[in-house]
Amino acid sequence: MATPIDLHEVAERELEDQARYPWRIKACGSTACQSAGAGASISTLESEVVAVGLSDSVRVMSTGCMGLCSRGPLVRVLRRGGEETMYQSVDRDVAVDIVGAVAGRGEVADANRIDRHIPFFTRQHRVVLANAGIIDPDRLASAVAHGAYSALEKAITTMTPDQVVEAIKASGLRGRGGAGYPVGAKWSLLAGASSDQKYVIANGDEGDPGAYMDRTVMEDDPHRVIEGLAIAAYATGATRGYIYVRAEYPKAVERLDRAIRAARRSRLLGRKVLGSDFDFEVQVRIGAGAFVCGEETALIASIEGRRGNPRLRPPYPTESGLFGMPSMINNVETLANIPAIVSKGANWFSSIGTDRSTGTKVFALAGDLTNTGLIEVPMGISLREIVEDMGGGVPDGKVFKAAQTGGPSGGCIPTQFMDTSVDYESLRELGSIMGSGGLIVMDEDTSMPEVARFFMEFCMDESCGKCVPCRAGTVQLHGLLDRICSGEGRPGDLGLLEELCTVVRETSLCGLGQSAPNPVVSTLHYFRDEYESLLQEAAHA
Amino acid sequence: MPEVRRSIAITIDDTEIDAYEGESILQAARRFGIKIPSMCYLEGLSVWGACRICVVEVAGQHQPRPACATLVVEDMEVRTNTARLQSHRRTILELLFAEGNHVCAVCVSNGNCELQDRAVEAGMDHVRFDYRNPLRPVDATHPKYVFDPNRCIVCTRCVRVCDEIEGAHVWDVASRGHQAHLVTELGQPWGRSSSCTWCGKCVASCPTGALFYQGSAVGESVHAPDLVARLVAARRDHEWFPPVESPTSPNEQNGDDR
Repeated sequence: MATPIDLHEVAERELEDQARYPWRIKACGSTACQSAGAGASISTLESEVVAVGLSDSVRVMSTGCMGLCSRGPLVRVLRRGGEETMYQSVDRDVAVDIVGAVAGRGEVADANRIDRHIPFFTRQHRVVLANAGIIDPDRLASAVAHGAYSALEKAITTMTPDQVVEAIKASGLRGRGGAGYPVGAKWSLLAGASSDQKYVIANGDEGDPGAYMDRTVMEDDPHRVIEGLAIAAYATGATRGYIYVRAEYPKAVERLDRAIRAARRSRLLGRKVLGSDFDFEVQVRIGAGAFVCGEETALIASIEGRRGNPRLRPPYPTESGLFGMPSMINNVETLANIPAIVSKGANWFSSIGTDRSTGTKVFALAGDLTNTGLIEVPMGISLREIVEDMGGGVPDGKVFKAAQTGGPSGGCIPTQFMDTSVDYESLRELGSIMGSGGLIVMDEDTSMPEVARFFMEFCMDESCGKCVPCRAGTVQLHGLLDRICSGEGRPGDLGLLEELCTVVRETSLCGLGQSAPNPVVSTLHYFRDEYESLLQEAAHA
Repeated sequence: MPEVRRSIAITIDDTEIDAYEGESILQAARRFGIKIPSMCYLEGLSVWGACRICVVEVAGQHQPRPACATLVVEDMEVRTNTARLQSHRRTILELLFAEGNHVCAVCVSNGNCELQDRAVEAGMDHVRFDYRNPLRPVDATHPKYVFDPNRCIVCTRCVRVCDEIEGAHVWDVASRGHQAHLVTELGQPWGRSSSCTWCGKCVASCPTGALFYQGSAVGESVHAPDLVARLVAARRDHEWFPPVESPTSPNEQNGDDR
């Protein structure tokens, strides 16, 4: 059996190795930049460095997400001593220019430079994404050099499981999957369950349209997720873990698999983790593409190899979960917060954010915004700061109309609530939810009934078909919205729409159905006039 | 030996009753003759909790709860028939009628149909939603039975009875959402099934006219929804008298069973 890894030694060696190079070029190899052509620009960077004879002084690294995804491929050039430049839209030609500039021959066009002092970067507080865009996710040493597994080591060697649970409770961390259940409370439920076998599960079945926070964490810092899961297992007495990833995230699966193998080789996983008495095995499970499998009971069924149908709770998974054993499901982003809480303490964590919503939240900014991409902000930041300052406002001189949070389970926040604090309670009061982190901005040209129809179509297609209100109700809701949007609405349609929303909300079996009417209810609440004018037009047609 | 069960006092519609620990609201209510309408629930099978017809109001809880899947708790106060519940049930029934092709006048189960009975009880005399009129091919390949998915409400009683009581597991649900539908043998025609034992429990348990004997005419199909409960009780107590009767097919009645 291999001897456990000496984290400090590995970190030191890696940092020394990096310090040998006066120049380091970090290129984003995450999915968004890859689809913009990062593969070609990275290989050009590598070959150019060789071509100009700088192999000994310039190191090219493929890293994770740097945030400003709409301007990818993104590249950062770091010079020993601190100077850093960031470039956008790096195609092959720009890649050649970048290496040329490093070599002291020529310059990169100003249009390809990104000002790192814009609010998009300066307003961020990176905890979950601390290493994204910095480390090479495919190399364990690179992650360890930036602190990976030091929290696990600290927990195992200096804390009892109870102390870890208490720390998570004290941090105030709440579930980042959307509902915001207190994480510490969930952990102590599992810790209190007596069973020979317990499971911890990371939920990476992110499925809200436009949201890719969890994908980024899994792709760009897989060790952080594994470490969070291992700490959860240590704290709750679980010995087996699963990371459930949707099949649409092949790169996340590949990197997690590689990371798990590397961690096991270094005795960070497996039997006697880091030489202690704690055993922990992790496996990746790939979902088959059903949104509903993000619901925890459906997710459990899916891991068991059964059809991904939700079942009634209680019993909750912490009583009877995977294979009938006590189990706990935490969202990927939730778990990615754990190492930092254990390392830096609960007080540090709870000092970020608001009283009841502590820490940070990662949002995927999308829609009618100047800067779209991934941001991590402290809870309690105002929507206005996110949209106007960080997002750069609505482009083309258009006017902001509403922001949609929580995806198909969420609602719209209109312009009069732009100064609302972004936290679990405030968003709920406005009829929306925090959700997993999708944030879609819509300008004045957006039809809100159309938005409701879009999300209802999503729910209709993603319903598992088990309970009648969700299976048949979403179909009828979509039919009504479709009719209203295409100018064929009938008198009484709004009343029927509202009544059916209530029935689907109150009688559906799981969260998918119960929250499916939210986008309709929310747009009806704030933009009822748009529905009414569509119905009036239909009446006069 | 009869097990000793702790009794739990609950109130259903202002009537105080002694429920058993571990019992659902629906089971307790039925023992005391309080009627809560249901569709996917069938005594003797596992609880599915999907039709949502049996939803009841529990004091202190905002959302209605399915009576079949909610266990009794001491001092629980349950309402089974408020105006809100009646309205929700009617709407859910309307959704079911609009979803499939439920035409009572030409149905083998006309007069012996739980969907029809629930609709009559709920006062559902019209459907406010657009009928979807789906195209669903009938499977009449089995020598003894017919599956007409047009009348299927995906309650999965057939799936459960075949898996849990007969142990054959011929039936499954395929696809999801509004495309969810029942299949035999993972999508093979029923007539080619090598695991079907021809026991007829699925037909006996079906609440609508979706499963019936070959040769049945309008109104001729009679189900035996209590068959499963009697079988389970007989297996548990090892008491097989009076004999458990299977529903008979029209052909058997005519003496020419194939």
